Amino acid sequence: MSNKLKRVDIILSKYSVAPYQILKETIQRPKEDVIQELLDSGLKGRGGAGFPTGLKWKFAAAEQNEVKYVICNADEGEPGTFKDRKLLCEVPRKVISGMGICAWATGATKGYIYLRSEYKYLIPDLEKELEIFAEHSKEVGLNFPIEIFVGAGAYICGEETALIESMEGKRGEPRNKPPYPIQNGLHGKPTVVNNVETLASASMVCRYGAREYKRFGTNDQKGSKLFSVSGDSPNEGVYEIELGMNIANFVETYGDGDTKAVQIGGVAGFCIPRKRFDKTIIGEGNTTGASTMLFNSTRSMYRVLHNYLEFFEEESCGQCTPCRVGCQQLLKGIEAVKKGEKPAEYLDQLIELSRTMKLTSKCGLGQSVTNSFASIIINFREEMIY
Amino acid sequence: MADVRVLVQQISAKYGNKRTSLLPILQDIIKEKNYLTSEAMTEVARALDISAAEVYGTASFYSFLETKADGKNKIYICKSITCDMKDKNKIIEAAERTLKIKLGETTPDKQFSLFETNCLGLCDVGPAMLINDDYYTKLTPLKIQTIIGDITRRK
Repeated sequence: MSNKLKRVDIILSKYSVAPYQILKETIQRPKEDVIQELLDSGLKGRGGAGFPTGLKWKFAAAEQNEVKYVICNADEGEPGTFKDRKLLCEVPRKVISGMGICAWATGATKGYIYLRSEYKYLIPDLEKELEIFAEHSKEVGLNFPIEIFVGAGAYICGEETALIESMEGKRGEPRNKPPYPIQNGLHGKPTVVNNVETLASASMVCRYGAREYKRFGTNDQKGSKLFSVSGDSPNEGVYEIELGMNIANFVETYGDGDTKAVQIGGVAGFCIPRKRFDKTIIGEGNTTGASTMLFNSTRSMYRVLHNYLEFFEEESCGQCTPCRVGCQQLLKGIEAVKKGEKPAEYLDQLIELSRTMKLTSKCGLGQSVTNSFASIIINFREEMIY
Repeated sequence: MADVRVLVQQISAKYGNKRTSLLPILQDIIKEKNYLTSEAMTEVARALDISAAEVYGTASFYSFLETKADGKNKIYICKSITCDMKDKNKIIEAAERTLKIKLGETTPDKQFSLFETNCLGLCDVGPAMLINDDYYTKLTPLKIQTIIGDITRRK
């Protein structure tokens, strides 16, 4: 397997077919074939959890219910992630096509785009595109109205059950799983919640076929993926890259020549120090939201971690104790070590605490704090103390 | 008080008097009133037949459902890591200097409220901020002064 960084142009390429042609052609095929195609493509959810998209659709299709929903999760809140904004800005048709195909394949009757409040400026263009979709879907007899639901500012609402709670007019507090949204989602009905990029990728799988799509990527993750590059980089922006490259290649292309660490997968992901650049492959179970933030040698990793912890402390929904209290204590703890009020060994206790949070928190927020926390403390211990 | 009741009744009729309409209803009230007054929240509770505590509990969960600051233009400066690396603190200082208020405060003429916020998804073009629904990127202290000046003159 070559680790060379390869740019691709599938998801972000301009429209090259007539409006909603992919949707129209796909719904002529047997539903089982299309779901099988998605399963074969190996496409995994691009929001971060990485659940196989074909499987989600298959389960939803098997549910017996007259009302089902498809929700496009556009609550992109992971720091350092902005690829969904770019997709919705530049090629919303691919996303909406994916929603239409999903509705047809699963028997869904109504769609929502859950748009984060911070992206309200996208609404006028999205509404125009939804009108075009309405015309074309009517033409082919697909009865699937799509509405935009605007969020109100909460990182946790990117978690699918919190998102559903919020759409039901409640605090965005994650539910216990199971039952999963595909069984019991919005208003108790079967609901497919897919990330923006997942839906666009699904429509691309339908267009090119699983075999062609699978030519890109590694054994673990197939296809191409959008990466949001920010931080100390002369080339910040969104890039579509074949999965499977290592960080060394990535840094060579996007770094400023002085990169000391790369945060992959947003603040919920891992911080990779320079010495592990060539050993770490991007795209294998570590790329939540595909955020990649580069830090050069002028950056204090204490300040970076402090910023992350403030974020977690504020965005924790407060429902479960490990996450609510854990985030506070981690933040207080690193401050105490920095001030010399606690010995350096206290950091090890804090790592233990973060691991306990992983085991005991209710949802992905509290469970993933340890990723960045432990990787920064372990790799940049000196910077935490002095 | 009476006009708040009429407003809430109109808005909740538009979305349907049910709990699932709570977020859109609260968002529309903010559009009209700049923030959620306790009277407005009580009226919403009455209209949807839920307790006022439920309404406040939900509103206070979300950072854009403002229950205190009543400025007409709400400035949200991004404080997440990449904007922090691009000197968002200098942008905040410049905004505080220009508006003569601190973070979390509102100008006496009720024109501006100033906040920090978490990632706006504009990391590649930071430092970034929102003023109400509009976004501003690659900010400098001078630029934010100009933007605030332009809005002040427009009113």
